Amino acid sequence: MVWLWQNLELVLGLALDHARLSVAPVLVSFIASIPLGWLANQSRVLRTILLTLGGVLFTIPSIALFVTLPVILGTRILDEINVVVALSIYAVAVMVRGSADAFASVSKDVIGSSTAVGYSRWGRFWGVELPLAGPVLLASLRVVSVTTVSLLSVGSLIGVTTLGYLFLDGYQRSFPTEVVIGIAFTVIIALIFDAVLVTIGRILMPYTRALPTSSRASVTRVAAEVTS
Amino acid sequence: MSIEFRSVTKRFADETVAVDDFSLLIPSRKTTVLVGSSGCGKTTLLRMINRMVDPSSGVITIDDEDIATVEPVALRRRIGYVMQNSGLLPHRKVVDNVATVPLLNGVPKAEARERALELLDTVGLDRALADRYPSQLSGGQQQRVGVARGLAADPNILLMDEPFGAVDPIVRSELQHELIRLQRELGKTVVFVTHDIDEAFLLGDQVVILEKGAKIAQQGHPREILANPATEFVASFIGADRGKRRLAPVAAAATGDDVLLVDGTGYAAGVISAPGGKLAYSISDKTDQAGDA
Repeated sequence: MVWLWQNLELVLGLALDHARLSVAPVLVSFIASIPLGWLANQSRVLRTILLTLGGVLFTIPSIALFVTLPVILGTRILDEINVVVALSIYAVAVMVRGSADAFASVSKDVIGSSTAVGYSRWGRFWGVELPLAGPVLLASLRVVSVTTVSLLSVGSLIGVTTLGYLFLDGYQRSFPTEVVIGIAFTVIIALIFDAVLVTIGRILMPYTRALPTSSRASVTRVAAEVTS
Repeated sequence: MSIEFRSVTKRFADETVAVDDFSLLIPSRKTTVLVGSSGCGKTTLLRMINRMVDPSSGVITIDDEDIATVEPVALRRRIGYVMQNSGLLPHRKVVDNVATVPLLNGVPKAEARERALELLDTVGLDRALADRYPSQLSGGQQQRVGVARGLAADPNILLMDEPFGAVDPIVRSELQHELIRLQRELGKTVVFVTHDIDEAFLLGDQVVILEKGAKIAQQGHPREILANPATEFVASFIGADRGKRRLAPVAAAATGDDVLLVDGTGYAAGVISAPGGKLAYSISDKTDQAGDA
């Protein structure tokens, strides 16, 4: 604790950087996964291609990605952009499956009936499919946000300032307190992100509780699948 | 708003023929019931009217306008549609569900909601339900909301696809009589699909009995069909061959001025008034409203 007070400025600085760098991958994965997840439900072939691609992307080792991205993107090796892009790739890879499941969870009867009463394809997407896929999308996004916050620590290995610095530094100096504080702040950031997402979900989707149990069940199922 | 099918055929991608050379005139402001066993093509016929399904050949007209020339979304917004399991949007409150089509048509929200509340009155629902979600309503209430939504844009045509198929018999009977009352007030061109012949006879001004491939076995007023089943298929379908439609008085069961009637299988079918214990009848050619049947 004494160490924390003495180094508060350092820790808070790292925590802020950590939080700042985590935002983009979560946002990017959310936005990118919506059209991709919708597409995955348009044909069996597309679904297989997109989900396989997502699976493959997720298996690329992170360090390998960090060092290859500068070559591909033409960025400097220490540029924090590399880490953000790498984590966005992982986040999208996970979100695509969640989003595909989210759109698959929307009842075909409801889609059929909304067409029958006169929704256009575009209007139906925004007015029916997206709001009904929302709860399952949110469940996946919460998993992605926690994963991103924790994965980001690895960025410190290639010199990007994140809370991972405390792990490396604490390890090299055999000073466990620093590692523990690093973990604690990572957890706090993850919890704050989660709380923000849940709050946004409550505001945008006041109907979640009223949805049929099948779609609520799939929320739990997706969360379990993505984390396992 | 009469609807006409002219030699309509629907062949699906897997080569099954759901509807084979079907022609029918559906008169304006009457209730036409398409009735048949599952797989006879009755729902396909209904879905062709609002272009959820397009025919492989043949023409469907609404007031002599070929609907193939009408943009499907615009067409659907001027035709009410009520289906089994209500088909309500689970994420919208009851009032917003009812207002769906007016909102799609660009009616201001306040106006659409006000009209939706009036429609809840029309279909016999308490306005207190307006702010609930569909899953918080009973099956019968959901169907009433479905009917209100079908009526919201004040369409001339109302398509009903087994709307009362999934509710219990008591609620179904309530909903059927509610529909008869509504139809008497509103006079829409109603096309109603069911597999229940009693429902067809109760609701239909014109009943169309369909065989596989949407082949018309018989069409006409319930009385004509009951009195003269055209084929064995019809007789069997309406239960005439099993004596279900042939009623006979039971002398011993008479109480006061009523005589008990049983059908050919011996089940009690109802009572008939017989002043002084004597059955008397006269034949009138007064046209019954479906509601009095």
